[in-house]
Amino acid sequence: MIQYIIRRVLYAFPLLMGVNILTFVLFFIVNSPDDMARMQLGQKHVTEQAVENWKQQRGYDLPLLWNSKAEGKEKLTQTIFYQKSAGLFLFRFGISDSDRRNIAADIQQRMWPSLAVALPTLIVGLLVNITFALIMVLFRNSYLEHAGVVLCVILMSVSSLFYIIGGQFLIGKLLRLVPISGYEGGFSALKFLILPVLIGVFSAIGANVRWYRTLFLEEVEKDYVRTARAKGLSETRTLFRHVLKNAMLPILTGVVVVLPTLFMGSLIMESFFSIPGLGSYTIDAINSQDFAIVRAMVFLGSVLYVIGLLLTDISYTLVDPRVRLS
Amino acid sequence: MSSLLSMKMYADQARTLVLIVLAIILGACADSRLNNPYPQEEGDQAVLYESFSERPKHLDPAVAYSSNEYAFIAQIYEPPFQYHYLKRPYELTPLTATGMPEIEYLNARGDKLASTANDSDIAYTDYIIEIQPGIRYQPHPVLAKNAQGDYLYHHLTAAQIDQLGTLQDLPESGSRELVAEDYVYQIKRLAHPKIQSPIAEMMKNYIVGFDEFSKQVADKQKFEIKDIPMEGVTALDRYQYRIRIKGKYPQFKFWLAMPFFAPMPWEADVFYEQPGLDDKNITLDWYPIGTGPYFLAENNPNRRMILLKNPLFHLETYPSEGEPGDKEKGLLADAGKPLPFIDKVVYMLEKETIPYWNKFLQGYYDASGIASDNFDQAIQFTGSGAATLTEAMREKGIQLETAVTTSIFYLGFNMLDATVGGDSEKARKLRQAIAIAVDYEEYIAIFANGRGVAAQGLIPPGIYGYAEGKDGVNPYVYDWKDGKAQRKSIEVARRLMAEAGYPGGIDSKTQQALILYFDTTSVSIDDRPRMNWYRKQFEKLGIKLVIRGTDYNRFQQKMRAGNAQIFFWGWNADYPDPENFFFLLYGPNAKVAHGGENAGNYQNPEFDRLFEQMRNMENGEQRYEIIQQLQELVRRDAPWVFGFHPKSFSLYHGWYKNLKPNLMANNQLKYTRIDTTARAEKRAAWNKPVFWPLLLAIVVFMLLLIPAVLAYRRRVRETIQ
Repeated sequence: MIQYIIRRVLYAFPLLMGVNILTFVLFFIVNSPDDMARMQLGQKHVTEQAVENWKQQRGYDLPLLWNSKAEGKEKLTQTIFYQKSAGLFLFRFGISDSDRRNIAADIQQRMWPSLAVALPTLIVGLLVNITFALIMVLFRNSYLEHAGVVLCVILMSVSSLFYIIGGQFLIGKLLRLVPISGYEGGFSALKFLILPVLIGVFSAIGANVRWYRTLFLEEVEKDYVRTARAKGLSETRTLFRHVLKNAMLPILTGVVVVLPTLFMGSLIMESFFSIPGLGSYTIDAINSQDFAIVRAMVFLGSVLYVIGLLLTDISYTLVDPRVRLS
Repeated sequence: MSSLLSMKMYADQARTLVLIVLAIILGACADSRLNNPYPQEEGDQAVLYESFSERPKHLDPAVAYSSNEYAFIAQIYEPPFQYHYLKRPYELTPLTATGMPEIEYLNARGDKLASTANDSDIAYTDYIIEIQPGIRYQPHPVLAKNAQGDYLYHHLTAAQIDQLGTLQDLPESGSRELVAEDYVYQIKRLAHPKIQSPIAEMMKNYIVGFDEFSKQVADKQKFEIKDIPMEGVTALDRYQYRIRIKGKYPQFKFWLAMPFFAPMPWEADVFYEQPGLDDKNITLDWYPIGTGPYFLAENNPNRRMILLKNPLFHLETYPSEGEPGDKEKGLLADAGKPLPFIDKVVYMLEKETIPYWNKFLQGYYDASGIASDNFDQAIQFTGSGAATLTEAMREKGIQLETAVTTSIFYLGFNMLDATVGGDSEKARKLRQAIAIAVDYEEYIAIFANGRGVAAQGLIPPGIYGYAEGKDGVNPYVYDWKDGKAQRKSIEVARRLMAEAGYPGGIDSKTQQALILYFDTTSVSIDDRPRMNWYRKQFEKLGIKLVIRGTDYNRFQQKMRAGNAQIFFWGWNADYPDPENFFFLLYGPNAKVAHGGENAGNYQNPEFDRLFEQMRNMENGEQRYEIIQQLQELVRRDAPWVFGFHPKSFSLYHGWYKNLKPNLMANNQLKYTRIDTTARAEKRAAWNKPVFWPLLLAIVVFMLLLIPAVLAYRRRVRETIQ
């Protein structure tokens, strides 16, 4: 397994390099260093000299990919691409272009509030969704299951924005049970997290319950379930002990792969609840043409996704002894 | 027996659960405000709650230049002058200075000239400023010293820096007296290329020796500039300094009221330049140091920023005079009392308007703007067109303050364009016709909820030279009828089109419909109605308007290259002087030729001559006359369709005191007072939690479970057929 992991890590390098090149090309097709400078310098009293100064201070006065004026290997290294990308592989994210802040420190500070919302939402959501899905399977072919499916379709047809605004209106404004938005550190965060977690769970019930129900229904028709019933096991025991365990593989695939990306936050949720997470970090950076943050966040996202996939593969071996990594 | 036992256990568990739920509910009821987003202990303190939607990028006064940055730094830093809080028109008063600057004119040899000297004789102007003794900086680690008088934190080791998380991790702080040299040092900072001040390029044209100094220190560390002299800026003694500018530029005094010219202790740069601190985001941009009424106690622009009252703030009192009517409004009730009144200001990040608005209605924000979503909920118009609060707002005791901003939005013509540009009578008439056809009164009503005033010329109300009533009307677009300006009929515009050679919008030479191009960055779906509206305005004249949507970068490129034909642009005043608006049409500021702010590339020698004359004059009858002549020129030439001056609408709760919009000053916070008792009472009354729907939902859920349980039991018991 160690060999497999090492091989997967090595595979990740060309993948990350590709993502990096793609980000670079896409960004600089749309923007030029001059555009970035003008965006950062504002609209008033911006002169050519100020633009040149800005580029020179941030290293954007170099050629993009190839420096024909340089000698030897500097033709490659004295370029914006090399200067801005090489450090990423050592997780040196550098300084943001707009406000000159250390990106790594910002990410470190902002990922915890994101995680504080995303992790409970994932855990509570899993418990709720699996429970409801199993109940629907328990009452399969009854009016309860049909009603449940209809309800799920209705729930998944509603925009997540509606849940957020509706939740804030009902629970925060009308019932006044929790703050409408805000965030605090430590245990004080609890009262601010109740509503976003509740909405996060509720908004995902429709789609997830249907998905898990399909998995369980597939499993419930298998021979071992029939055998379990024939042995006299109760329906609940069969479902919660045997069916659930055997349906874990696809559930794990979906869950483990998103675990590392939980740090990345949710744009809309964090924006509406004023949660100081990473959700809006990339979008704000794109809007302000801050290439330093964009490349750092895209790179980080890719790394986390690769880790997620790797963890999924490893988790298969833990859940299903028949799976061997080779 | 066992089933009886288990039943008893279930009953016990259920009873415990009910007790826990009841305890939680009762506990919650004890706190009448479960939805309070702030710590309970702040309830009756003099804390002001504000919000911000965009994180400030720079808090270094040499770099900050946007309103969201000024909202903070104007409370922390103190330039020598400020705008009087109550008086109108806007008037400069001393802040840290002992009086207004002493102004001396010099000829090219450096000899003093009389104050009445001709502009052509004046080679330099000296501004001599004396500051008050005894003003001290806020307590700050940058100024902390040990018993021997050495700075504690100016030589931090790598290990010490490594242990730092924030600036607050440095336990000691110090202060010192503000001296004239700090103002001199800050002006040198403006010139340092590494600081990248947005006004550096402009100040090169004014401050003597600024450009040379900039080149001289280009490769120096920031703090090394302290002992390098700049020719035009000198500390004359501990409390007096002189700024020498080229020629005569009376508007320079307004710059001295902006944070760019606030003092900076040299120790700040020595401290923040230590290697490794910027990796921790410990920079001057993040942890400012000033002499103002507040200091930044917490800077987390991702969540909140907190200002606390500066314990070392010098004596400054609430103004004892204002404009007529201020006393009746209670604006002089605090006259003579020491400032500031608020102990703590909490700025919360609110990116979305819906939660922000709801929290304002709950009393958790003291003030709010009005988003278009909430406009109808807050504002109604009377029969005479006046904006008033709705009944729901009045019941809450909310106050409405409106003010026409010192800014203008306009539809610009590229004067280099072969069709709409140039000085020909044909092009002028075409522009005048368009100016009549584009009905900005309608635009304001549809797209701005009536929050604006149609512009009659270049300068907005409140700026010297703005003429009220009939005298201020643009006679090329409006007629004065029944005591008010009335837009000329579209027939007048069509006649002008015919005279311009486009009868019915048909080019008489080509016999083709006239097609014009409107370059804009407004490309979203939300912008579509606005673009359609513009199209319809031009259609009135038979002109086909093609909307060329483009991103911000391409738009800027087009403007720089002069490739746009018609565009929408705006300007917000730096200072309350007509020069700051007329310079937008001054020939040597043309964007294509000189990279300046004259986006339409308007060139008129007569305009330039009058502008050069006007900009150096003191306000008076003669200047007023020249301003009217300038207005006449641009109204006739119509390089712009003068759009509108936006009107700001702000809501404040009844407990918000000393409220008077001041569009030039950014440091109003120190004048604000909060009636904390009234606020606590209102909040408690408005935010009692409502539990019964929650309990009802639980009961309904339990009831729904019953048929499910019954169905399950039936299924378990049924036999295979």
